[in-house]
Amino acid sequence: MLAQVTHILGLTSIRRVRTLPVSGRVLVASRQKVNASDVIAEAQIPSQHVLVDVRRALRLSSVEQAQRAIVRNEGERVFEGDVIAETGGLFQRMVRAPADGQVVMIAGGRVILEVQSQPVQIVAGVPGYVTEVIQERGAVIEGQGALIQGAWGNDRVAEGMLVNLLNAPDEEMTRQKMDVSLRGAVVVGGMCTDAEVLRMGEELPLRGLILSSMSASLVPVARSVSYPILLTEGFGRIPMNEAAYALISTNDKRDVALYTPFRPLAGERPELIIPLPAVGEPAADFAYFKPDQKVRISGAPYPSHVGVLVRLLPGLTVLPNGVRAQAAEVRLSKDTLVVVPLANLEVIQSV
Amino acid sequence: MSSVIDAESFLAIDIGSTTTRALLFDVVDGAYHFLAAGSAPSTWAAPFHDVGEGVHLALTRLQEITSRPIMDEGSRLILPTRPDGSGVDRLALTLSAGNDVRMVVIGLLEEVSLASARRLATTTYGKIVESLGLNDHRRQDAQLDALLQASADFFILAGGTEKGATRSVSKLVELVLLALKTMRPESRPRILYCGNQALTKKLKEVLSRYTEVFAAPNIRPTFDQEDLAPAADALAKMTVSLRGQQFGGLSALGQLTAGPVLPTAIATLRLVRFLSELYDPAKGVLGVEVGSHATYLAGAIGGRERLKVFRPLGNGLGMQGVLERISPADVARWVPMEVSVQEVEDYLWQKSLYPATIPATTTTLAIEQGLVREILRYAAQAFQEDYPDCAMTFEPIFAGGAALAQAGSPVQSLLMLLDGLQPTGVSTLFLDPYGLMPALGAIAAANQLLPVQILESGAFQNLGAVICPVSNAKPGTVILKARLVYEDGNEVKMEIRQGSLVPLPIRHGQTARLYLEAMRGTEIDPRRKTAGGFKIVGGLCGAVIDARGRPLSLPAEPNRRRELLLRWTQALETRRPV
Repeated sequence: MLAQVTHILGLTSIRRVRTLPVSGRVLVASRQKVNASDVIAEAQIPSQHVLVDVRRALRLSSVEQAQRAIVRNEGERVFEGDVIAETGGLFQRMVRAPADGQVVMIAGGRVILEVQSQPVQIVAGVPGYVTEVIQERGAVIEGQGALIQGAWGNDRVAEGMLVNLLNAPDEEMTRQKMDVSLRGAVVVGGMCTDAEVLRMGEELPLRGLILSSMSASLVPVARSVSYPILLTEGFGRIPMNEAAYALISTNDKRDVALYTPFRPLAGERPELIIPLPAVGEPAADFAYFKPDQKVRISGAPYPSHVGVLVRLLPGLTVLPNGVRAQAAEVRLSKDTLVVVPLANLEVIQSV
Repeated sequence: MSSVIDAESFLAIDIGSTTTRALLFDVVDGAYHFLAAGSAPSTWAAPFHDVGEGVHLALTRLQEITSRPIMDEGSRLILPTRPDGSGVDRLALTLSAGNDVRMVVIGLLEEVSLASARRLATTTYGKIVESLGLNDHRRQDAQLDALLQASADFFILAGGTEKGATRSVSKLVELVLLALKTMRPESRPRILYCGNQALTKKLKEVLSRYTEVFAAPNIRPTFDQEDLAPAADALAKMTVSLRGQQFGGLSALGQLTAGPVLPTAIATLRLVRFLSELYDPAKGVLGVEVGSHATYLAGAIGGRERLKVFRPLGNGLGMQGVLERISPADVARWVPMEVSVQEVEDYLWQKSLYPATIPATTTTLAIEQGLVREILRYAAQAFQEDYPDCAMTFEPIFAGGAALAQAGSPVQSLLMLLDGLQPTGVSTLFLDPYGLMPALGAIAAANQLLPVQILESGAFQNLGAVICPVSNAKPGTVILKARLVYEDGNEVKMEIRQGSLVPLPIRHGQTARLYLEAMRGTEIDPRRKTAGGFKIVGGLCGAVIDARGRPLSLPAEPNRRRELLLRWTQALETRRPV
């Protein structure tokens, strides 16, 4: 059976394709070095138009007359007050541009001006090098280092020094732990239920925050802060999985990049990247369940527990609550063997 | 009508948002049977962006279960069946996978063509992102911006009755034309025109220079008449065509099918319509599915079709829609153990991160089933608001979707349906554990015998007959006198009190005749005469009289509420005849 995969890797080669939703301008060149937060491409998305009805404004009787009166061309830039159309003759009448903008269309005696647009930018998300430029759309970025993929993020990006406040995977992140020494750091906390912690992070400010889990009621605050937040496990009170905890513990005080988009259907997950001066192997984005794989359990009664898949059980297994599902035996420790539905397992690719 | 003389084996594939299913049907002992189902995770999204791998894995699983080769050495489907028995004769394909289809509805009057266009939009897997009518008071450039910023996949353009004026529609078309011209070619939406037919030819000629234009008969041919069915078929075709562009593997698979590829909900509607014609059309048939990403209700009654797809609204990928429409507190009130609203909220959010997760404890199962109840309640209410002629009185009701069909016990499924849909009158509830509804709907066009024989074969689980009287009497008052007469002449008499949930002593498969005497103005069934008694067949839960009232209300006090929920479950679980 096909398994969902999460990467928790001490060293890997990270390759990410970043593209704009519409065509725009690519700002990087091939082989260029980039930081995670560097903007690599941008586009302008029109957001406001003004429709100028020349025929009506000049009180002309036909569309043809209006078309002849228009003195601008499609694509031309105009500034507020510029003449758009005019009649000839002794009592000349004019239509002027109501705002700065660009003529996007002339048809039927009407002129459409694009007067406002919104920039759309994409960032590298990975510290590394541009290995390929995709014309008018974006680029492929490749980097090397440790990688931890999270379960949820607030769609921000930043770099900073990793400061690990955790002494155990199940610690709570409280406001008492937040002090000025954390300013500019990417802080690793545990489980968080206090919105004030997130607000204090904004005030300090932090460069980023990695939590094992947080209360779902904190989502609006997490989305409002300007720094990236990554949850390794998700929502509720869930301790950090041992694989991520071990990797973070051994990389304390290193410079890291935190990129926290959450668009799983498009393949974009929040990621903590710890750049390393070594070359790793790329890791697969999918796997099929098989014995001896390292797996993480999502959901009760063993949330975030990491174990080893012992065997896939044949047919359907009846769970203690009566639900029937394809399941596997997972060894959590020497003495603990549990049965878990396959749907609640994900393969941890780790080193 | 086809017969088993020209029997063909059928493979039906349903590509869902989370799961891809492959179902095999063939003739055994002179009648069609459902042989087996294989399923696998769907692969339309990252990292595959191609439905092929999910289909291949589902077929591999089906081959393992049946020991019948369906694919050749090159993993290609064997079509038709070979002399050695490998392969299948025909393929049917349905799908609900994909991102939400973004739709703009454009019409004339808010309560007329715009309302119909809105209802039409909800027959497919998407959401309305903008709407524009004649009484829209925004400036024309603001309307233009709204159309441009909608990033729509489809514009649904309606308006004007047949032989009515065309000027107002033309004005809207002009705006659409401006929008199309202003958009980048790759961003232009497909257009479905379903308004005054006098304009169809001209409109197609003008708009098709810029985008693909589909035309369908007027959804509002007269002021009082609405006809969504042909336009819904066109919208289904557009949806499938869009999916073909959005992810790989679908177009190639679509070329192998016996009939057109259908959206899952439309396929179910076809089955429901077919059954409605087969049974008593006046009673109506309902199909309901709570899926990972979407929920739908498909009804057919008296020759009328009623379909409403809610998307995103499901117990997995559709969690975002749940969180926008349903409060965690409403879900929590259905949980018969002590859980805080915060715990429920956390669970729902966590499920949005891991949509395929199965509840593995009693508590998480109860939360999930509370969620299904609330999704059904929301959907049934909205369905009845859109279609006031469709009270929740259908006979029978078919229910599918993993959360409903794979509950811990049949009683849990029955209670979710009763508490969520809150049907009225006399009905029989069937569970669809294998996702057969859309498959049979898709096959029905090519082979009408197969769905009938599959329905008779017991592939659907009969949960039981349910009788849901409606009464304004005070709780505890006797509202019905019931007499159950078995085939051997023995009988049981009961008094049914308002507020109670009463299992009838009838075994699975046993038939009996039920005589009901309504008291104190109680209405037993608004669509059927019950005075002379009627036959009931016991299902997995026997038969049940649900006299808890409509709408069903729960005590506000948590302990009393939990006690009541447990009592209802125990009433059916412990007294369920075997």
